[in-house]
Amino acid sequence: MIAGDVLGTRTFTVTRADLVAYADASGDHNPIHQDEDVARSVGLPGVIAHGMYTLALVGRAVAEWTGGAEVVDLGAKFTSPVVVPAEGGAEVVVGGTVKSVADGLVTLALEVTCEGQKVLGMPKAVVREATVRA
Amino acid sequence: MPVDPSLVGREFPAPAPLSVTPERVSAFAAAVGHPGEPGDAVPPTFPIVLAFDAMQAFLDAEAIDLHRIVHGEQRFAYARPLAVGDELAATLTVTGLRQIGGADIIATASEITDATGAVVCTGKATLVHSAGSEAGQ
Repeated sequence: MIAGDVLGTRTFTVTRADLVAYADASGDHNPIHQDEDVARSVGLPGVIAHGMYTLALVGRAVAEWTGGAEVVDLGAKFTSPVVVPAEGGAEVVVGGTVKSVADGLVTLALEVTCEGQKVLGMPKAVVREATVRA
Repeated sequence: MPVDPSLVGREFPAPAPLSVTPERVSAFAAAVGHPGEPGDAVPPTFPIVLAFDAMQAFLDAEAIDLHRIVHGEQRFAYARPLAVGDELAATLTVTGLRQIGGADIIATASEITDATGAVVCTGKATLVHSAGSEAGQ
């Protein structure tokens, strides 16, 4: 990987069933991720994906791009919710480029959108160069 | 009701350690579609399981309703890869508190350690209390 490499965009569909499975696996049973009425009662537009689910999709894209390289840093601000409809799903699109390679670390620049709108602010992923298999 | 400002600096340990078993890792990886052989690689966001337990301990102690919390930011820095067989403990520290538009913005740091006490990963999170029009997930 060298700076400027464009990584293939990944598109993930997120359904309500995915959020139930994620709640069970992660222990985060916040009802704003399951129940339309509760979500609206706290001012949300509807049921939203766990921010950590969206970040996990970033982790998945990074793993696919790098052949499961060791992740050193991963994070983002959850700036706009991923609203997940009762039927069908929401499409989360993860795009990335190699921002820099220095001191044995590969820093990725990421853009994560849903319906054309950025959902993550300042997303960041750094992997250890020696562990990249891509 | 605003969060008590004297919380800053207080520590909230997760009530129990987390065993990183093949079953837990497989269930988490399956839920997020993480690639790789089950039990081979631990998804990088897996430590949220323990960070969430520590956060829940904090919310319980302060009688804050989970459904009034949205996640504003999460960052992890890893000292080493997580591995099946790890026995992890977590302590959450409230590092900051401010109010914006009727919402409490709670900054936290979580330190996740292994059975030897070595730091495996640190998490920094922002929790937005009383959603309103605040962004967050």
